[in-house]
Amino acid sequence: MSEAITREEVAKVARLARLRLSGDELDMFTEQLGQILEHARDMNALDLADVAPTAHPFGLTNVVREDVVEESLDRDTVLAMAPDARDQRFAVPRIQGEAP
Amino acid sequence: MTLPGEWEMVVGLEVHTELLTKSKLFCGCENHFGSEPNTNVCPVCLGLPGSLPVLNREAVEFAMRIGLALHCRIAPSTFHRKNYFYPDQSKDYQISQYDLPINSSGYLDLPDGTTVTIERAHMEEDTGKSTHLGGSGRLAGAESSLVDYNRCGVPLVEIVSGPDIRSSAQARAYAAELRGILIATGASDGRLEEGSMRFDANVSVRRPGEPLGTRCEIKNLNSLRSLQRAIDYEALRQIQLIENGAVVRQETRHWDENLAETSTLRVKEDADDYRYFRDPDLVDLAPDQTWQDRVRAALPPMPAERRAAVLALFAAPSSAQRDAVEVVIDLGLDPYVHAVASASGDTTLALSRAANEVAANLKSVANLTVDAFVTIVAMEQRGELSATQAKTVLGAILVDGGDPHEIATALGFEQLSADSLGATVASLIEDHPDEWLRYRDGDDKLAQFFIGQVMKLTRGQANGKAVIGELQARR
Ligand SMILES: [Zn+2]
Repeated sequence: MSEAITREEVAKVARLARLRLSGDELDMFTEQLGQILEHARDMNALDLADVAPTAHPFGLTNVVREDVVEESLDRDTVLAMAPDARDQRFAVPRIQGEAP
Repeated sequence: MTLPGEWEMVVGLEVHTELLTKSKLFCGCENHFGSEPNTNVCPVCLGLPGSLPVLNREAVEFAMRIGLALHCRIAPSTFHRKNYFYPDQSKDYQISQYDLPINSSGYLDLPDGTTVTIERAHMEEDTGKSTHLGGSGRLAGAESSLVDYNRCGVPLVEIVSGPDIRSSAQARAYAAELRGILIATGASDGRLEEGSMRFDANVSVRRPGEPLGTRCEIKNLNSLRSLQRAIDYEALRQIQLIENGAVVRQETRHWDENLAETSTLRVKEDADDYRYFRDPDLVDLAPDQTWQDRVRAALPPMPAERRAAVLALFAAPSSAQRDAVEVVIDLGLDPYVHAVASASGDTTLALSRAANEVAANLKSVANLTVDAFVTIVAMEQRGELSATQAKTVLGAILVDGGDPHEIATALGFEQLSADSLGATVASLIEDHPDEWLRYRDGDDKLAQFFIGQVMKLTRGQANGKAVIGELQARR
């Protein structure tokens, strides 16, 4: 078992992502995520002081579109895809709490 | 309101403003308030698989204008995903700027001479709108909810102040000045009642010199009045808690305008629970100096500068005149006053007519050209129109447009030209020789008698000052 991430941390991440994991799955993902984090730890061992962080493989900046209105989807088509719709709106089950 | 004892409040405001772009922040759906539900939605703003967001250039320009107007530093910035599960957005994350906002480290000078720092002004997307069914339309007790995603993806800028505000009145002044700036930049319509500008207030209390107390965030403040009342209520609530030996719990609270109180909405989650991470679909935003300079050069004068320019027309503005200047700046009517000043007209009269008669007909202000306004003020100043008549002509032009002279003639006001007023005064002097002699011998009170007679003859349409002018010319 890796020490890079604990079983409790994986359980917390799963809960935040609304994933229900079995005990076996928790073990498996703790192992797998641990391996990924080990890899990151390997990179941390390197001296990267002069290397800028890379968040994107392309060195692109300022990718923008002009402020032009384009056609939206047909409402009937959109609402037909929803599990439930009423009064031209998406119907959702009872909401348990306020918005974050 | 003053707080009891030594207590002081510490307030920071988060102001969200929708931007006046034609399309949404990351897609081409129309950014429009009041459309039929779910008619402005597409795969991007619904978060359908395979869709890709592309940043709206105009939204960036508006964000930069806001930043520059608030003296912020514009820096290379990134977009993050704020992950949470809630039906107000269907892709389970909101795209926002996190550790690297486009604007940071600015400030806003208030009319009272105080300064509030601006920590950041970042871009993010708005969320959809829910309607709750059952349970009297509020979330609590509702059986189900209906969602309209038209607003989802509408561009927002969130302006975060430092914890520099020390009274609810200062909070209100800050919000009002910021609103004026947002409108001046063209980025926002500042319509609080439509929710295009919204306030959240972080409030804590302490005794002077003490470290910051635990703060509560108040949501649902959609008017300047609510903002001020909610902050006062919340500060007093916290003081009472502490004085009774309890502690303030960090939480989000809801302001109920009808009950005039705040109540717990939810206990604050850790920022970490949102699991912010860079949105891999979006690249860095790094406006270069050329782009920044171009936006800066196109920035119109801000309210503070315009306020100073109008006040400079008055040697010693009265308190009422200062209020009138606020109205004129708030409504963008200062060009009318400046035009009168440029024509060497009566600026006091111009300010009053602009802040009252023109302000009252703001919806149709486009009908009133600057030249027509200058002409009407000049006609009133010369006594060709009485105050009542000048207001009537202004009102008529504001409704239908037109030429001041023609309208005055059409309304039958022409008999009050200088010539006819002179003739009226001359005949009154003939009819009242005793009063005239006493006036001529120095009894100025008799001027009122003649003014009264002229008013009677002209059915109240003469200008008192002009009558005195005619009397003095014959004295
Ligand atoms: Zn869209």
